[in-house]
Amino acid sequence: MKALQLPVASGSVARRRWLRRNAWPALVYVLLAVIVLAQRIAHPNYGAFEIQSAVIGAMPFTLATLGQTCAVLAGGIDLAVGTELALFNVIAATLMANAGFGESLLIGLLVLVMGFVVGALTGAVINVTGVPDIIVTLATSFVFAGVALLIMPIAGSGGAPTEFGTLFTGELSDVWPWTGAVGSVIPAGLLSLAFALLVIWLPFRRSRASLALYALGSNRTAAFLSGVSVNRTRILAYGLTGTFAALGGLALTGTTGSGDPNIGISYTLNSVAAVVLGGVSLTGGRGGMAGPIAAAFSLYGLLILLQFLGISVDYQYVVQGVTLVIVVLFLGRLWIGKR
Amino acid sequence: MLDTDNLLQVTGLRKHYGAVVALEHANLGVRPGEIHALLGANGAGKSTLVKMLTGVIRPDSGTIAVRGREVRLTDPAASQRAGLGAVFQDPALAPDLTLAENLRLTRADPAAVRRWLDELGLQALDPGEIIADLPLPTLRIIELARALARQPDLLILDEITAALPSDLAESVFRVMRQWREAGRSVLFISHRLGEVRAICDRATVLRDGRDVGTLLLAEGGEERIVELMLGASRSEMQPAAARHADARQTEPLFRCSKLRVTGRLHDVSFEVRPGEILGVAALEGQGQDALFDCVAGVIRPDGGEMRLGNTPLALRRPADAIRAGIVLVPADRVMALLPQRSVRENIVLPFFGRLRRWGRVTQRWESQTVAGPIARLAIDTRAQRQVRRLSGGNQQKVSVARWLATGFRVLLCFDPTRGIDVGTKRQIYALLRELADQGAAILLYTSELAEVHLVCDRVLVLYEGQVVREMKGAVADEAALLRAAHGLTAEEAAV
Repeated sequence: MKALQLPVASGSVARRRWLRRNAWPALVYVLLAVIVLAQRIAHPNYGAFEIQSAVIGAMPFTLATLGQTCAVLAGGIDLAVGTELALFNVIAATLMANAGFGESLLIGLLVLVMGFVVGALTGAVINVTGVPDIIVTLATSFVFAGVALLIMPIAGSGGAPTEFGTLFTGELSDVWPWTGAVGSVIPAGLLSLAFALLVIWLPFRRSRASLALYALGSNRTAAFLSGVSVNRTRILAYGLTGTFAALGGLALTGTTGSGDPNIGISYTLNSVAAVVLGGVSLTGGRGGMAGPIAAAFSLYGLLILLQFLGISVDYQYVVQGVTLVIVVLFLGRLWIGKR
Repeated sequence: MLDTDNLLQVTGLRKHYGAVVALEHANLGVRPGEIHALLGANGAGKSTLVKMLTGVIRPDSGTIAVRGREVRLTDPAASQRAGLGAVFQDPALAPDLTLAENLRLTRADPAAVRRWLDELGLQALDPGEIIADLPLPTLRIIELARALARQPDLLILDEITAALPSDLAESVFRVMRQWREAGRSVLFISHRLGEVRAICDRATVLRDGRDVGTLLLAEGGEERIVELMLGASRSEMQPAAARHADARQTEPLFRCSKLRVTGRLHDVSFEVRPGEILGVAALEGQGQDALFDCVAGVIRPDGGEMRLGNTPLALRRPADAIRAGIVLVPADRVMALLPQRSVRENIVLPFFGRLRRWGRVTQRWESQTVAGPIARLAIDTRAQRQVRRLSGGNQQKVSVARWLATGFRVLLCFDPTRGIDVGTKRQIYALLRELADQGAAILLYTSELAEVHLVCDRVLVLYEGQVVREMKGAVADEAALLRAAHGLTAEEAAV
């Protein structure tokens, strides 16, 4: 009986428990801060321009990571997230080539819906065939890459209206003049991240469906016995993954002003790395979005830091890989037996 | 038998998996306001029946009616809508979510769950706790409270007391009685006959996938239940070989003392002599897995000592045990073998682990090594290119043959005859006896209690992780073993 007596959560207990459960994401933000600090030291004239370029460069990858997080939380994995992002980059650039700003926003919305549908179809294929997620998404990654090349055989074609580009490459004050001086130092690219979190993720996180998604990743049998529809939940999870990948494609279209069918491949495995570094359990069910976001920025920021230090590209990947292993090992040690 | 006033009426449920019969023809009637026990030996079909009632699997044929109306239970939610509320043997709480989130996920009313948790003695439980951080007994109580909060007409409790300390079990019984007084019913599945007698009104016994009787517990008592569970089908097999009832006065080859695995095995001590077959009998989940895992080096015990001869054993992995000469033939043959590879490769596999032979593996060396064991065990090698195509009995022989080729001193057999035909069974028993006669010490767990006295010199009965009885093989008939395995002492059984 004694083992069963649990303390009622008073304010301080609840606070300590929150810290314990969120220690990993918090430490990833510390890592990000250290990397940014190191950049400041390494770069003599570090300023708004460097921050702006970092956000522009990191945003498509960060959005791909959000997509990967959804799949992994539900107990799956999406090896197609990168080529899917490239596919929607190509589609958006093709549709927006001669569009006005208003039209481009509508096209953007359409692309997001397409992203959801394509992702949901991936989930449905996994349900119907019973083939493991990793194999189905490996196959669809080739399909998406091929379709992207069919739509746009030559990289750099297509286009997007300037105003649409400003949404991702400008400052906040360019989009919303009333933000004034404060807005003039905040990269507008963060708007797409805010959109992903405030319009898609947080409302979803408040729904019962998100509990079903976590439950599915946590223990499939328990979820089934709890009355969760495994098939419907998986479709929803991959639908969200597709939506975030499509948003990443839009961000890429906005920043480059064109399409590139070959661009997304490196995002796939990097997004898995960011998910792991962000404290999401690869077996599913555990983690959130805060960690992976900081992890994505950290991984990208590390590459920039190495550039600032004048280290050659070949070494950059080695350093990135070694850092990943060390950090995950270190955090994993802290994490054992704790939440 | 058919009673139209029954709350739950199950008629002729049947489920086959290929050639395997899980349930042949099961009837069950539960009246309003009663606690009804569902009993049966391992493999009688209890869990299959419960899975059908809870919508986890669908029957091949037969009907389930609640309050006289036939229902189709296509998934767990449908079962709940029909008024059946279950606490499953498998945990049905998502481990990474908090208690509150789990309740929200299953649309349970938190206030009602809270009231039942208070009633069951978990007043201090905080809904913000993550399920994975809570101890197992707490989870069972949470699941019970959640099921009760839905106000089901019939509460199905599948082995709920197996994981509970006695004080919590008492609160569960109190709530069950309350439930009955409110005019609702409980279907209670338990291995513990003492509990069943204390709390249940009637009991239905399943055997070989059929219901073989429903009795009032007030008049019947355990004797009648045990009789029903056993049935008339006594084993027709003869002892495999002359038994060496009085173990030869040799030094024990293997002994363990006070072996302990937290929560699974408590201070188990025994010894096996060369030439002896020591049986282990137990119902499912009484610690036999932990015992064999310890001796085979799969898990490390939390306490106690094992010795081979006079050498203490520190087994860190199965390879250590094999090197010491302790080898395991597991129940799951697919686990032990490489199903895609040939009989020959499967038999020579352990040699590679030992690195006894360096350099190229020649076909000739392989053939020579495997020829002896294959001939000795009469393995049917017509399908030898892939072990998975062999019959279960022949697969089992291959997993024994590989140890014949390498040599061993202690042989651990975990339910080696499960799902094997009578002829092959007899061959395997004869083989075990022959190996023992050549000086091996054999530890044999079998779920087929009727066959224990055919092959074992001595037998230990495990109950809740402890050795509760030790008998001579000759007197270990099925009835005696079944009583001991249900935790009934000799005195109680005699009453």
